[in-house]
Amino acid sequence: MDALQKVLNYCEETAFDLDFKKAKQWKSAAKNRVLVGYLPIYFPREIVHAVNGLAVGVMGAGDRKQIIKGDAYYQSYICHLPRGVVEMALDNNLNDFDGFVFPAICDCVRNLSGMFKLVKKGKFQRYFDYPQNFTPETGGVFYRHELEKILDDTFKVNGLKTSVEALNKAIGLFNRNRKLIEEIYDIRQLFPWRLSAVDTYHVLRAGLAMPVEEHNVILEEVLGHISKERGEEMDNIRVVVSGSFCEQPPVGLIKSIEMAGCYIVDDDFILGSRWIQGAINDTSSDPLGAITDAFLNQSTFASCYYDVGNPKGKRLVELAKRRKADGVVFSAASFCDPALLDRPEMQKECDAAGIPHVNFQFHENTGQFKVIKEQAGTFSDSIKLWS
Amino acid sequence: MANPKEAVKEKSMVIQKEMLAKQFSELSKAKETGKKVCYTFVPGNLIELIMAFDMLPVYPEINALQSGMRKKSGGYIKDAEKVGHSEDVCTYVKCDIGMFLNGNIGPTGEKLPEPDLLLLSYTGCFTFLKWFENLNRLYPNAEVAMLHTPYQEDGKITQEQIDYMVKQLKEEVIPKFEKVTGKKFDPAKLTGLLQNSVEAENYWVKILEMAKNKPSPIDAYFAGVYYMGPINTSFRGSPECVEYYKELYKEVKERADKKLLPVTPEGEMEKERFRLVVEGPPNWTNFREFWKIFYDLGAVIVASTYTKVGGVYDQGYRQDPSKPLESIATYCMGCYTNLNLPQRVDLIEKYVKEYKADGFLINSIKSCNSFSAGQLMIMREIEQRTGVPVGFIESDLVDPRYFSYANIKNRLESYFQMLEQRKIILEQEQVQA
Ligand code: SF4
Ligand code: SF4
Repeated sequence: MDALQKVLNYCEETAFDLDFKKAKQWKSAAKNRVLVGYLPIYFPREIVHAVNGLAVGVMGAGDRKQIIKGDAYYQSYICHLPRGVVEMALDNNLNDFDGFVFPAICDCVRNLSGMFKLVKKGKFQRYFDYPQNFTPETGGVFYRHELEKILDDTFKVNGLKTSVEALNKAIGLFNRNRKLIEEIYDIRQLFPWRLSAVDTYHVLRAGLAMPVEEHNVILEEVLGHISKERGEEMDNIRVVVSGSFCEQPPVGLIKSIEMAGCYIVDDDFILGSRWIQGAINDTSSDPLGAITDAFLNQSTFASCYYDVGNPKGKRLVELAKRRKADGVVFSAASFCDPALLDRPEMQKECDAAGIPHVNFQFHENTGQFKVIKEQAGTFSDSIKLWS
Repeated sequence: MANPKEAVKEKSMVIQKEMLAKQFSELSKAKETGKKVCYTFVPGNLIELIMAFDMLPVYPEINALQSGMRKKSGGYIKDAEKVGHSEDVCTYVKCDIGMFLNGNIGPTGEKLPEPDLLLLSYTGCFTFLKWFENLNRLYPNAEVAMLHTPYQEDGKITQEQIDYMVKQLKEEVIPKFEKVTGKKFDPAKLTGLLQNSVEAENYWVKILEMAKNKPSPIDAYFAGVYYMGPINTSFRGSPECVEYYKELYKEVKERADKKLLPVTPEGEMEKERFRLVVEGPPNWTNFREFWKIFYDLGAVIVASTYTKVGGVYDQGYRQDPSKPLESIATYCMGCYTNLNLPQRVDLIEKYVKEYKADGFLINSIKSCNSFSAGQLMIMREIEQRTGVPVGFIESDLVDPRYFSYANIKNRLESYFQMLEQRKIILEQEQVQA
């Protein structure tokens, strides 16, 4: 097994360890450590890092867990993510977490926060309301309060207050993390065969369940390997996958898209890790202000983000062009209102820009891989034929 | 109801009908009269502010529900699906988009005027935000104002949240109104309108609380959706609205004094067999049939959460004319779907107890996550806390494909049997005691 493969195996194991053993070990290794689970999409993990904490992404159970109890909590017409999370909570996978943060993505995640409150899972359960007003004096002030509420919550757990130094240090570490991830994406844009989309997914997802310091080492190692030629170029088309920002597609689906002849050169899987575009100021005397500014001005696009003034469709087209993609694959979770309500407009923008697209829907634990592979294959063939 | 009587045309019904007719006639003439039009949503609407600027409101949700009642929604939804909308998403949105695609003909058969202002206040529902992004693309010439209403995630409204909203009102919303109408904001006018609101709100609460009587003189769900119309939509703040609720209260009070039961489309109910609390919106495409299943079996809804989407006034909230903008902000944050799940459970528990309900029923709406996600948990909690039998049915707001009459009727009948049995047991226990 080559060295990169070892790292990749380790990432896959960590990414899908629904018991979060690594994170729990980290917590038990020293006193006063806090473990905070957060739901998709974006949450500024820096603030938890700065108070001796680890923010762990709870991205659902995927196809790694049979959903039995969770189905008794959600009607069949609600997406799969929350039922996987409830299953984990009821199966004690989330024990030892001190608290949970539910970013404002949609009403499902919002109401899930209430369910956690009702069953009193964790010492705190916080709905993290993103402002939809993006001026610093209004939306900025609001966002800062949201950050402060979480800091109050963690303070009640370990009695630690944040400091400018600790926050700046955390910001620096996450800046490095984001930069390394972007470098991986940049290399993959030019040489997508060097690291498959599935491997990339594992590498990113693993980063949600370990300290950022460790993840940075892994990313550096992966980068080192893929900076050199490896693998073999295939006659594939290049696509951007859009719409899987929250409930994650089953890995089999990502694989199917690749096997059908598509290189995924950009996507919105594990979007929170790539939410902030560029670096956050890590030398500010007001680091909470810097984190706030970054949210207001450097956020990427997704269906949970109000877009009047900067429509998502246009941003998707820009991304596809920047990545020199041949087409866009719309891949949304079934019953995901935000993604599905955006889709027609985004498709229209793609049409206007002459970017071909294809459309799938999935459940986190089942994808109709065969059908998807066929559709993606036809999509890839038609692009090859006509371009 | 052995002998259905002719439905009584009460004076309040006539008043409401006139109010609506006047409003739609004004809307149809908006372009000639130069009145500006504002599209906005029902929960947490800013109607007093809209009136303060002499604008006319249009509520896309109301259009959707009326399309449902007029059996037009099925076609509209299919048309929206043809242009790429998924089967899975909120059918209100699709119905509205379908109506737009078909010429935007409103409930009176006349074309609705285009909006001058799209006013997005997304109290309690994230989908509103998506809906407005879509509307913004359909009406590119309209101004857009966004009022972000924070969720009551911690079970309370904080001063910081109020400040945030007031700031948005001052810096984002009011300037957009001023720009569109060319009028300067007049705080005194707003205060006057809010005074009317308080009066209407007082009557509204008295009406709702009449259902505490045994038998209840009103149905607080099926009839409740008619009663709530003026206060939750275009009229709160107007003198007509006060008049309407004053009259309605008088009528309901008279009924209560005479120990009369609610009026249904087929006349007056004769026996109150079950008193229920209902959670979730009703179905609009088959509204009458749906209601009939209840009144045929003597089930009266004594309290519902749906009638609180425009404000939980019965828990004490009133507009405060002395602090108009703070008052509006608090109002927006206080609507039912902006309450967190524990608050919703507490409220329902209170209703079951205070209104002496025999059962609690959820109508879960397939395409409405705002209400539906978490309802199974609400159900368990209420069962545990109150001991009343809980029932669960599923339908949709305006998609006729998701209303299965036979299925719903079967489920309700077995639920009512369960209630009946429990009643017998409780009565026996009482006799023994
Ligand atoms: S998948 Fe979509 S609907 Fe489901 S929780 Fe995520 S954003 Fe909400
Ligand atoms: S999701 Fe529910 S509350 Fe939201 S717009 Fe649709 S029907 Fe209304």
